[in-house]
Amino acid sequence: MRALSRLLYRRPKLRLLALLSAPMVWLVVAYLGALAALLITSFYKLDGFSGATIKEFGFQNFTEIRTVSVYRHVVVRTVLVATAVTVIDLALAIPISFYLAKIASPRVRRILSVAVTMPLWASYLVKAYAWRTFVDPGDGLIKKVFGVTPGLGLASTTIVLAYLWLPYAILPVYAGLERLPDSLLEASADLGGHALVTFRKVVIPVLGPALVAGSIFTFSLSMGDYIAVDLVGGKTQMIGSVVYDNFVQNGPLAAAVSLIPMAIMLVYLLGARQTGALENM
Amino acid sequence: MKKTTIKTIGIAAVLAFTLNACGGSSSAPSSEAPSSEVPSTEAAADAPADAPAEGNEAAAGVSAPDLPMATEVGTGEGQVNVVAWPGYTEKDWVDPFTTASGCKVNVKVGNTSDEMVALMQTGEYDLVSASGDASLRLIASGEVAPVNTALLSNYADVYDSLKNKAWNSVGDKSYGVPHGRGANLLMYRTDKFTTPPDSWSVVWAADSTAKGSVTAYDAPIYIADAAVYLMSTNPELGIKNPYALDKTQFAAAVELLKGQKGLVSEYWSDYLKQQAAFKSGTMTAGTSWQVVANAAKAEGTPVDVVLPKEGSTGWSDTWMVSSKSKNPNCAYMWMNYIISPEGNALATEYFGEAPSNQKACALTKDKNHCTTFHAGDEEYFSKIWYWTTPTKECLDGRGPICVEFAEWNKAWTELKG
Repeated sequence: MRALSRLLYRRPKLRLLALLSAPMVWLVVAYLGALAALLITSFYKLDGFSGATIKEFGFQNFTEIRTVSVYRHVVVRTVLVATAVTVIDLALAIPISFYLAKIASPRVRRILSVAVTMPLWASYLVKAYAWRTFVDPGDGLIKKVFGVTPGLGLASTTIVLAYLWLPYAILPVYAGLERLPDSLLEASADLGGHALVTFRKVVIPVLGPALVAGSIFTFSLSMGDYIAVDLVGGKTQMIGSVVYDNFVQNGPLAAAVSLIPMAIMLVYLLGARQTGALENM
Repeated sequence: MKKTTIKTIGIAAVLAFTLNACGGSSSAPSSEAPSSEVPSTEAAADAPADAPAEGNEAAAGVSAPDLPMATEVGTGEGQVNVVAWPGYTEKDWVDPFTTASGCKVNVKVGNTSDEMVALMQTGEYDLVSASGDASLRLIASGEVAPVNTALLSNYADVYDSLKNKAWNSVGDKSYGVPHGRGANLLMYRTDKFTTPPDSWSVVWAADSTAKGSVTAYDAPIYIADAAVYLMSTNPELGIKNPYALDKTQFAAAVELLKGQKGLVSEYWSDYLKQQAAFKSGTMTAGTSWQVVANAAKAEGTPVDVVLPKEGSTGWSDTWMVSSKSKNPNCAYMWMNYIISPEGNALATEYFGEAPSNQKACALTKDKNHCTTFHAGDEEYFSKIWYWTTPTKECLDGRGPICVEFAEWNKAWTELKG
């Protein structure tokens, strides 16, 4: 034991290796490996009968996605839903986080923090099924109480996804606001800036990176979802459902389709970098 | 600047991880459907318009990889991992099996044949209750091994009409044991239909009274249901087998399904979702299984099922053993048990289908079970189109002009829009 610690003390590189090898193996093999497999599979072909994958290189899956209109429609629909979810979540997250970080007493803050994260303790499926009983056009709770309901479709999908991902928007925004010193707000007030001006000129610029972080979560999680849309989306399908429906019958096509949300997120991240929002994230 | 790039990549990686984690974390929940007495299914009419029996016999020219089969059944491994249809592995008959054999049965419920094929491809399961649209794919891709029926003492009592069929054998090799068979039925809310429907037109016709609350099975194989309907409503298309559709016939079926979309409230593949939707009234008519109707009735939902006059699609299921099975002895014991008179009676009566073992008829709680579900009634089953994988080489012998399953799959994604 002593010999080992002496060895590790003398050889800092060995120490580093011992420390990092496990996470590195995980990252490279399990994680990047899976992504690489996905990328490679997207170029493969399908045996029309057995559904087995034929390992021949070709671009037919991408040609199909480009030429068959249904995939375009699904992508546009998914991006619109993800955008709406992100806007709704950020619009809710900013006032809640502001209250949490700047106004609430420590006691209230503790209670509210628990309340915000509590939905994360329950299973995703349970929450989605629960929402189904709310929006159900047959005898759903919303229909019983208000007489109308968003029913099963894109509207409900957006609402449910916004509900599911709200904690992921609140947490980074809250963390960002906590770092904003109260003195800045006071200084703005002293200089004659009223609440809205202070919010626009002081809070938002400081909050930028946190908003980007929050939006990355809500946007990407919405892009990949297929269960909420199955339970409350009625007949509609999103990118996630196309991947889910196809990964059995046509693995290569599903792999190709699953690259679309990744590509969109990469573009989004590069755009975010351009604005400088990632600099001090 | 460089630091930012690394950060960007890092964030992208975290993101992709989140996406993956989310996608993989959940699967359809399985739950035990409540047990209930089996209600009767009435055939609305005696014969569908056009029902050639030879369709169910057609061989698809499948070639199977040469895999070894078991030569003896040794002592059990203590467990067996099973992919099964909902309602196929319930406590009532699994527990006696475990007690007798010492094999614990770990069940993964499959909601569609396609899901079952995917589960079997993982190699983690020993057995699967495959329908005809999965069995041939499993055989052709070498996922399942031939079954040595000489090792199964109860095999002799299985109806001969179910042995060595196109969907459970290749050449003279059998690839499994028949579980039972039945028809996909039209389920409807009895409070919404004053006169019970006797035709599939309630789910297809543009002026259907169930408009807006129709449901359909969310799998490409459902295109065959459209074809079955077209066989009686549009005979000039000349469809002889709903799984053997040439381009024109296929286009007509897809067109019918596109029209149906306007009537549909939701598609279903998760039977629990269908049960809930019928209860709430979001769905009032659509294709279903007897077992779903039983569960819905047990919950107090006013539903009933009927075999419409056009005939229907259906299934003849086969227990198959994985070629990579780690528990082959328990797998063989299960296969022998599920076709035993006791096991077969319990399982098929619960699900609401015809048993495969003729001696099971004497052991059902409802003595009319075998009559109700037409066990051994070959004339009845000649009107049911068992799920089969569509192949390029037409199943009705017209040559290589048919639309193969991969195209069915694509069409299904497209028509959902």
